[in-house]
Amino acid sequence: MKGILKLAYKLLVNDKAKFTALLIGITFAVYLMMFVTSMFVGVLNHASATVINIGASIWVMDPAVQTVSNTVGMPDYVLDAVRSMQGVKYAVPLYSGGALAKLPDGTYQSVNVIGLDDTSLLGRPELSLGKIEDIYAESAFIVVRDAEFKKLESPAVGSELELNDHRAVIVGIAQVATSGLYGTPTLYTTYERAAQYLPNPRYTISYVLVEPKSLADVQQIKQQVKALGYLALTKQEFMQRTADFFIYQTGGGTNILIMTVISFVVGLSISGQTFYTFILENLERFGALKAIGTKSRDLVGMILFQATFTAFTGYGLGVGLCSLLIWLARLRLPSYAAMLTYTNLAVGFFMVAVIAGVSSYVGVRRVLQIEPFDIFRG
Amino acid sequence: MSQVAIRAKGLAKWFGEGEARTQALRDVDLEAYFGEMVYIVGPSGSGKTTLLSVLSGILKPNSGSVLVESVDIWSLGADDLADFRLNKIGFVFQDFHLFPRLNTAENVAIPLILKRKDWDESIHEAINYLEIVGLKGRAGLPPVKLSGGEQQRVAIARAMVSKPDILIMDEPTASLDGDTGNAILNFVHKNILNENRCIVVVTHDSRIYEFASRILHMEDGRLTGVEKSAV
Repeated sequence: MKGILKLAYKLLVNDKAKFTALLIGITFAVYLMMFVTSMFVGVLNHASATVINIGASIWVMDPAVQTVSNTVGMPDYVLDAVRSMQGVKYAVPLYSGGALAKLPDGTYQSVNVIGLDDTSLLGRPELSLGKIEDIYAESAFIVVRDAEFKKLESPAVGSELELNDHRAVIVGIAQVATSGLYGTPTLYTTYERAAQYLPNPRYTISYVLVEPKSLADVQQIKQQVKALGYLALTKQEFMQRTADFFIYQTGGGTNILIMTVISFVVGLSISGQTFYTFILENLERFGALKAIGTKSRDLVGMILFQATFTAFTGYGLGVGLCSLLIWLARLRLPSYAAMLTYTNLAVGFFMVAVIAGVSSYVGVRRVLQIEPFDIFRG
Repeated sequence: MSQVAIRAKGLAKWFGEGEARTQALRDVDLEAYFGEMVYIVGPSGSGKTTLLSVLSGILKPNSGSVLVESVDIWSLGADDLADFRLNKIGFVFQDFHLFPRLNTAENVAIPLILKRKDWDESIHEAINYLEIVGLKGRAGLPPVKLSGGEQQRVAIARAMVSKPDILIMDEPTASLDGDTGNAILNFVHKNILNENRCIVVVTHDSRIYEFASRILHMEDGRLTGVEKSAV
C-alpha cells in the first residue's frame, strides 16, 4: 500500500498548479475559520478577565448577573449567610465597579476598580513593583500593567491620581493573566476603600468569593445559595455564563457562526471543485489503472489519501498562518484579543476532515463510475 | 502445436436494449496460442475493440466464455479479475495513457507498484525494461518530453514489466507515423514475442501485417476469416 500511496502522492504534488490551488484554497479557508473563532475565543477570554485573575473557586452573585463586569450589589447578610453554610471553608466579599480617574494632565479616564477583602486580600494580583502590604496605606491603589496601563500615563509607584475626586496613590504595579475586554485600566485596592471611593449603591458586595472545604461540597454550597435566593457558580461556570451572554445575547456568536460557515463553504467549494477538476483531468489515467488491474479499493485509497493529504497540509498551513498573524499583532497590541485553543483547533480539524471527506467522495464516485472499456473505446 | 493461451467460445455482446440495441459480438469463437502474434483486423465498428476487451477481462460478455490458461476469467470475482489482469495481461493502449506527472521510469513501474512491490525495487526493474526498449537514458524525463514512438515504447515497457503471458495491443500504430509504427512492431516481434507469450493486436494498419502469425478478420461482430501471414 505504501507504494500505491507514494504513487498517489506523486500524481498529486507533481501537478503543481492544481496542488497549489488546492492548498491555497484550504489554507485560506482554515485561516479564516481559525482566525474568526480565535478572535471570538479571545474576546470571551478577555470578557472573563476578572474571574480568571481573581481565581476564586466559587462566585456567589445576584441571579441577574450575566457577565462579571455588570454587577448587581448584594446586601451584607449574604456574606454572613454564605460563611455559615455547610461545606464553606471561607468566604470573602469582592467589590467591582467603575470610576473616573483625573490624570495629572487634567484629562479623565475611566478605570475599573476591584476591591479585595481587607483581611485576606483574596485574589490579589502578582506585583512586579511595590509591596502588597502597602495596599493598606492611605489612599493606596495598585495599578495593573497591561495594554491599558499607558492610558493612565504609565504611573510609577508613588504617582498620584484623582479617583472620583478622591486622592489615590499608586503603591504597586501588578501583572495579571488576562487583560479586560473594555479597554479600561484596572486598579486594585481594599474592599473598604473601593466602597468608600466609588459611588455607593444601597448594597456594596458585588460578589462573595467562596472556597469550599472540598470539591464534594460545591454542589451542596450551590444548593444552599440557591435557597437563599442567589446564584453560586464555579469559576468555569461563571466564565461559561459570561461566554453564553456574548454568544447568545449580543449576536456575536451568530456572527461568528456565520463567518465560520462562510469560511467552511468557501474552503469546501474551492477544494471540492479543484479536486474534482483534478480527478476529471486524470480520469482516463485512472481508467487505465483500472484496466491494468488496480482494485477499486486501491483507487479509493489513492483518492482518499490525496484529499486527506491536501486537506491536512492546508490545515497545518492555515493554523500556522493564523498563529503567525496573531503573534505579529501581539507585537504591536500586547492584549490583542485572539487566541487559539484546543477547541477551535479541533473544530477546524473537524471541518477540514469534512472538506477532505466531501472532496474524496466526489472524486471516488467519478472514478468508480469509469469503465476501463471506455479507455479502449477512446 | 503450441499451447492454447486464450480460448473463447460463443462470445456475444450487445449494448443497449430494445430498438437501441447494438450487437457488437455475435457468436465469436477464437483460439490464440502461445508463441503467436494474432492480429484482429476489420473496419471501424466491426467489434474488434469489444472483442479485445472481452478477451482481456475488461468487458463482460452477455454470453459465452473466455478461458485463459484454462481459467474461465468471467467466473472470477471483481478483485480476482483485477488480479488476473495485473498478473497475466499487459496492455498497450492506443493513446498510451501514460501519466504526464510521473517520469518515464515511474510510469513503467506502475504495474509493479500495484503488485505491492517496493518502490525503489520497482523503479530499478522499470529502468531495466526501459533499457530493453532502448530508453534507459530517458528514465527521468516526463512522457511529454518523448516523441510518439518513444512514448509507445514506454507503454510497451509498462505492459511488459510485470512479465505477462498475454500482451494486448490496441491500435499500437494509430498515433505513430508509418516508419515508427513499423519499427515498434518489429521490435515487439523480435524482442517481446516468445514461445511463452501470446500477443493479440487490434489494428487497422495493413503496413504492419507482416509481423502477424495469424490475421483474424472481423465484420459486423463476427470473425469472417483467418489469414496466415508470411512471417
